[in-house]
Amino acid sequence: MKMKKIMKKIYILSSVAVLLMGLAVVFAFKNEPPTIIDKGYGIGDIVADFKLKSTSGGVTSMAENHSAKGYIIVFTCNHCPFSKAYESRIMALDKKYASQGYPVLAINPNDPTAYEEDSFENMQAVAKSKGYTFEYLQDESQNVARAFGAARTPSAYVVKREGDKFIMQYIGGIDDNTQDANGVTKRYVEDAVNSLLVGKPVVVNITKSVGCAIKWKGV
Amino acid sequence: MYWKQMLKTLYLGLYLSVFQAISQPKKVEIIKFEHLQKLINHTSDTTLIVHFWATWCRPCVEELPSLENLSKEYSTKKIRFLMVSMDFPKDLQQKVIPFVAKNNIKSEVVLLDEPDYNAWIDEVDKDWSGTIPATLLVNLTMRKRVFFEGQVNMEHFLEELKKMIPTAGAN
Repeated sequence: MKMKKIMKKIYILSSVAVLLMGLAVVFAFKNEPPTIIDKGYGIGDIVADFKLKSTSGGVTSMAENHSAKGYIIVFTCNHCPFSKAYESRIMALDKKYASQGYPVLAINPNDPTAYEEDSFENMQAVAKSKGYTFEYLQDESQNVARAFGAARTPSAYVVKREGDKFIMQYIGGIDDNTQDANGVTKRYVEDAVNSLLVGKPVVVNITKSVGCAIKWKGV
Repeated sequence: MYWKQMLKTLYLGLYLSVFQAISQPKKVEIIKFEHLQKLINHTSDTTLIVHFWATWCRPCVEELPSLENLSKEYSTKKIRFLMVSMDFPKDLQQKVIPFVAKNNIKSEVVLLDEPDYNAWIDEVDKDWSGTIPATLLVNLTMRKRVFFEGQVNMEHFLEELKKMIPTAGAN
């Protein structure tokens, strides 16, 4: 009789202990600061096609250009000094590689209410005055930038067409010197495309770079 | 034994010279990453806060005053704030120095001239994507190192900072 009572007590106590431990775990996780991990595509991932408004009129997707073997996709914008520093180099990339099957697609993901310079009208004005030979697209919903895991401008990606799919091949900076185009020693994007053009894998397929943080809507 | 002592003296000398060089009023030294890396990896009883920012980076400009205020608030503690500008060296005189003067920034400010970002970003923190602002808290004596990308969550930041305030008598 007594033994049973003690057993019962132990049982109740241990149940309470387990419950408390469970609660502690729940609370510990609750107190964890929210993590903003949205890494986006990795190398070798299938890149979902998109339809974005182009400064050249209408909408553009990756699939519609049938002669493209792939794309050099650059998230960029008007206001950012780092994007400006790369503008002529982005233009040169398109001049060099569009004819070889890797045209540039420039995408502006910024919230134009935060940066007036990045409005669609201003994108059109820049594309026209600078004579962009590539599509300059507005990612109004910012969903494309999110899917790519883009965090700043400029951010470059190289994708390769395989059948009706596009596969991620390179993620990172354009080269190793933002300020001085003449001081560049490593041309990351060019090296990646050059490898793909001769059917070789990209050697340096991820690099880190600095740029202007993308301004997300409602944040 | 002897070489260890030598090395220590060497580091101390380096540390002091760096400190002296960058603590001159209204002067912003241009430094290389090697320089910064030695500071980060230097075992010191002072907690080092390395804050990466730039005059062209709006979220940085928004955040900097609150960190500057913290540096004043914690000035009596063994805590050292180092504001590392990512501006281009060519903008030092026209943009960085006037910005520092205008905003009355008393913390140490340096300009990091290291254009091959990919070569050193991982050395600061593996989780750093390269987006600024970014802030590193480090105290090797305490074996603590915390990294923040983007504007810091002030509550979380202070919580971490308070854990890293060196206590008197600690070595």
